[in-house]
Amino acid sequence: MTLEDKLGLLTYKGDHQTHIKITDAKVCLNCPKKPCVTACPAGVYTWDDVQKKIIMAYENCVECGAARMMCPFYNIEWVPPRGGFGVAYKYG
Amino acid sequence: MSDDKFDSIVVGAGPAGVSAAITMARAGLNVALLERGEYPGAKNVQGAVLYSKMLQDVMPEFWKDCPLERAIVEENIWILTDTSGIKAGYKSPEYAQSEPANCYTIIRVAFDKWFSKKAEEAGVTLVTGVTVSDLVKKDGRIVGVKTTDGDELLASVVIACDGANSILAQKAGLHHEWRPDEIALGVKEILALPREKIEDRFGLEKNQGSTIEMVGDFTKGMMGYAFLYTNQESLAFGLGCALDDFQKTNAKPYDLLEEFKRHPLIRPLIEGSKSVEYSAHIIPEGAWPSMPPLYTDGLLIAGDAAQMINPSHREGSNMAMKAGQLAGETVVEAKKTGHYDAKTLSLYRKKLDDSFVLKDMYDHKDVEVKVRHNRELMTLYPGLLNKAAHDYFLVDGAPKRDHMRRIVQRFRRERGVVNLVKDAWALRKLVGEFSIG
Ligand SMILES: Cc1cc2nc3c(=O)[nH]c(=O)nc-3n(C[C@H](O)[C@H](O)[C@H](O)COP(=O)(O)OP(=O)(O)OC[C@H]3O[C@@H](n4cnc5c(N)ncnc54)[C@H](O)[C@@H]3O)c2cc1C
Ligand code: SF4
Repeated sequence: MTLEDKLGLLTYKGDHQTHIKITDAKVCLNCPKKPCVTACPAGVYTWDDVQKKIIMAYENCVECGAARMMCPFYNIEWVPPRGGFGVAYKYG
Repeated sequence: MSDDKFDSIVVGAGPAGVSAAITMARAGLNVALLERGEYPGAKNVQGAVLYSKMLQDVMPEFWKDCPLERAIVEENIWILTDTSGIKAGYKSPEYAQSEPANCYTIIRVAFDKWFSKKAEEAGVTLVTGVTVSDLVKKDGRIVGVKTTDGDELLASVVIACDGANSILAQKAGLHHEWRPDEIALGVKEILALPREKIEDRFGLEKNQGSTIEMVGDFTKGMMGYAFLYTNQESLAFGLGCALDDFQKTNAKPYDLLEEFKRHPLIRPLIEGSKSVEYSAHIIPEGAWPSMPPLYTDGLLIAGDAAQMINPSHREGSNMAMKAGQLAGETVVEAKKTGHYDAKTLSLYRKKLDDSFVLKDMYDHKDVEVKVRHNRELMTLYPGLLNKAAHDYFLVDGAPKRDHMRRIVQRFRRERGVVNLVKDAWALRKLVGEFSIG
């Protein structure tokens, strides 16, 4: 089962505004391991080698909460989505 | 203004928040319970084993209508290599003979819906779909909360039960952001499987369940563990590792879980099942050294928000319920005097000190540190112990004494006598501290 298959099992109430931001894009340029790309359980972060920046699919966020401390530079600003928005588990 | 002011606002309708809210409402307080999910449980992930005693203290006779899955009669610990495993377990149908049983598996969303309904029945005003974004302060003390929609709600006291991602405890200045070594990241799947198959494969009778906790090579040297629990018609399968290890190794949590499904000891148990949900959540496993101050002027914190997790015993929701209850009781006492300053609320700390919560947190204060400093417990031992078991059971024509000698030599060679003693000590810490006198 791929990550896409796993995320496909979930129900989201999508918000048009993001709840995740990269504080300073320059910091990512000098981040050697980019753990956000691998550790995020929803694959929200990908490194775009052309644009030289992290691209975020915030809609996929499962709100585990790891984002805030997953970045070694504390460069990810994560707040819970607005009330009622985001993932809604059926089992949990 | 005083009309729309609550005695208490509880943020978060998890086990901690609901327990606090129910306790206060029953004592006649005017309580608001705010939850950011569309419904209680929408955002929550647990294994999930639910312990009866702490729920019973809040909801006597809960088993009469609580959505429970299976009464746990068997608990197992497995130490795995990639190809083999040592299984230790304890089974006793006695665990399920009394009502309630010692513990049950639950579907967390169903449980949270039920539990918060009980709070409403007790008179709590439950509001779902509201995210609290900040605290309202007046003259330096907390007097309410602000939501992402810009609303302000006022109360004599706020109880932050907003879980591992406590925005409130941080806004109150009780702690800064967690360090990655204070946090574990867990991923989980619910695997649907017919009940007869579950009962056959796990050797269970109707409505009885078992749990398996696992450590070993599948975490690839990271500090972590996995679990497999039986529900009525599904299995809960998950694993968690320290977040700083995920940073260092660049392992993908979902890939680890997927790979682990193919383990020769796991595959036959989950064969033919269908994944119906994937979920993830952080677990605050920093233990005692990470616990923030538990109260300040106008605010109390309980549960995961206060790092109340006993990492070596799979306990969190029970601590959350007990702490929520004690926070609620503290506020009921405070209302009698009309004071909600830190000094009055310090009663909460006293109550927690007297309960199992802080005793257990204290006794397991350095488990994580011990394992971190004895990485071999995670990396070397699963292999050594499995090889030892292999030799022990092997019948190959060589005398048994040769097998035993080989086992001992291997331990000495790989780890050295001094380290073996140290490890045994660390292991004792991990399994549980037995302080005498
Ligand atoms: C994979 C995994 C397996 C686990 N297994 C077990 C187990 O088997 N047994 C066990 O006892 N424990 C287990 N735990 C731990 C257990 O889940 C927690 O200890 C327990 O849920 C803590 O309860 P709580 O009420 O403090 O927080 P939570 O249950 O996290 O509840 C917090 C609530 O607050 C809400 N909230 C958060 N922020 C806001 C906000 N800003 N505004 C409004 N609402 C907000 C959330 O939506 C949530 O409903 C497990 C945890 C994980 C992740
Ligand atoms: S909260 Fe979890 S799922 Fe969401 S972006 Fe952060 S790490 Fe990914």
